[in-house]
Amino acid sequence: MGEIKRVIIIGAGQAGGETAQRLRQAGFTGDITLIGEEPCPPYQRPPLSKAYLAGKVDMDRLLLRPANVYSEERIALLTSVKAVWIDRAGKKVRIEGGRELPYDALVLATGARPRKLPLVGADLEGVHLFRTAADIDAIRPRFVAGAKLIVIGAGYIGLEVAAVARQTGLDVTVIETAVRPLARVTSPEVAGFFLDEHTRQGVRFLLGGQPAVIKGKERVTGVGLADGGELPADIVVAGIGVTPETTLAQHCGLTIENGIVTDAQCRTSDPNIFAIGDCAARPMAHFDQRVCRLESVHNAVEGAKIVAGVLTGQSAHNVEAPWFWSDQYDLKLQIAGLFQGYDHVVFRGVMADRSFAAFYYKGEKLIAVDAVNRPGEYLGAKMLIQSGRTLPPDVITDETRPMKELVASAR
Amino acid sequence: MAKITYIEHTGKEHVIEAPNGQTVMEAAVKHAVPGIDADCGGACACATCHVYVDPEWLAKTGEAGSMEQSMLDFANDVEDNSRLSCQIKVSDALDGLVVRLPKSQH
Ligand SMILES: Cc1cc2nc3c(=O)[nH]c(=O)nc-3n(C[C@H](O)[C@H](O)[C@H](O)COP(=O)(O)OP(=O)(O)OC[C@H]3O[C@@H](n4cnc5c(N)ncnc54)[C@H](O)[C@@H]3O)c2cc1C
Repeated sequence: MGEIKRVIIIGAGQAGGETAQRLRQAGFTGDITLIGEEPCPPYQRPPLSKAYLAGKVDMDRLLLRPANVYSEERIALLTSVKAVWIDRAGKKVRIEGGRELPYDALVLATGARPRKLPLVGADLEGVHLFRTAADIDAIRPRFVAGAKLIVIGAGYIGLEVAAVARQTGLDVTVIETAVRPLARVTSPEVAGFFLDEHTRQGVRFLLGGQPAVIKGKERVTGVGLADGGELPADIVVAGIGVTPETTLAQHCGLTIENGIVTDAQCRTSDPNIFAIGDCAARPMAHFDQRVCRLESVHNAVEGAKIVAGVLTGQSAHNVEAPWFWSDQYDLKLQIAGLFQGYDHVVFRGVMADRSFAAFYYKGEKLIAVDAVNRPGEYLGAKMLIQSGRTLPPDVITDETRPMKELVASAR
Repeated sequence: MAKITYIEHTGKEHVIEAPNGQTVMEAAVKHAVPGIDADCGGACACATCHVYVDPEWLAKTGEAGSMEQSMLDFANDVEDNSRLSCQIKVSDALDGLVVRLPKSQH
């Protein structure tokens, strides 16, 4: 790459917003253009299914930075503007309306799109996706005590929505095609714990359920099931996962495989184009350089740090072990590492106390932790995973010794 | 509303007017005070908003809760006056608060 004077970032979400900010923090003085199709400045999505849905925080508090900061820092923020074409040879981005913007370095931070229910009736009023602040604003008017909510998909977002709904007094049914909730993201044991908790809180589950049709004329009235049954609904929320937004990258011929593929520096198959956040997949330092596409705040922020470092010629960013969290009722789940491929799991504390940690091992190596109301276990395990250290299962589960002491003794 | 002074590890000071209800972390992040990362946005999930509360203010900011304390156990260079700034809510009572930032959050 030659001298970099103009950086364009496509996608003004968490990854894109952080990139702009961190470029300036790292001393980049050139032009920064941040193009986002949503109407507002970059904001955090995690509260959407938590405090924002509950009506406890307003949009201002979700913004990564106040709107005025962008002009103060000479970041050209284009909101409600979609990028429609990348001309790699000419190093230009075309935006809706036809204007072309030249770049020296381009960052793709286009995120992911929620999957639409593949069912007749999915477009009825009252059937909602759950990704943007606008999605939640559309749900909120009818999200009131007594309303009947059906959540389709029992991933973290689906369960968080169910938790807020119960706390708000809605009648909640979760339909999940798999035989357990959280099937893709945690172990059967931890999934069972959350299933029990939600059941106790009054959520009904239809596991192994097959939604077949969304019923209603203009507005949704219910969900028809493959077995002929029907459940009444005032609101349906689809939480069945996302697909990485790779349209632009595809059209300009970048390598794509479950996300835009990059190297550890977040560089795509075009050296002038980077990709970060939910839309991108890169080799993971702590996981045998396996190429992973993660959907998390940590991953979005880390991508931003890496790219800001590369573009300003600073020393390599120290990559963290992946981390994630989920809040449901008074339970704080904190996750570090990647549990996929574990061969056994051990527990510190007991589930009945609603405070425990599940440690995942592959052979002797600690690869991940799910900690429920156990922040010390979470941070301790995260440090171990990050530094490639481990503790034998019978040691890490020894509750007579504080986690801090155990971590200090690990090799 | 409270006037809060953040002192970077280098000694550089940032004085910010923070509205009530925000957290000490949020006020810093919104004004791009370097040295407070707060990657998780205040969910008490990342322990990267560690600050040292000026001893004179400790009584007013209160003590760390148990969740916060367990996180602080694993932060770098923890002192008796360490707090996670995402857990300190701004109020009129904190007008004049002074917090110092650690050398690094990681
Ligand atoms: C409800 C919810 C709860 C979550 N909870 C957690 C949590 O508790 N913890 C956690 O770690 N993670 C959580 N996540 C995940 C986390 O929010 C995402 O991983 C993160 O937002 C990814 O950031 P991103 O910038 O890659 O993508 P996004 O935030 O999706 O931003 C991408 C942006 O790019 C825009 N865009 C796409 N294409 C174009 C184009 N051609 N032109 C212009 N703009 C374009 C999109 O409209 C979007 O605004 C949650 C996500 C959701 C939806």
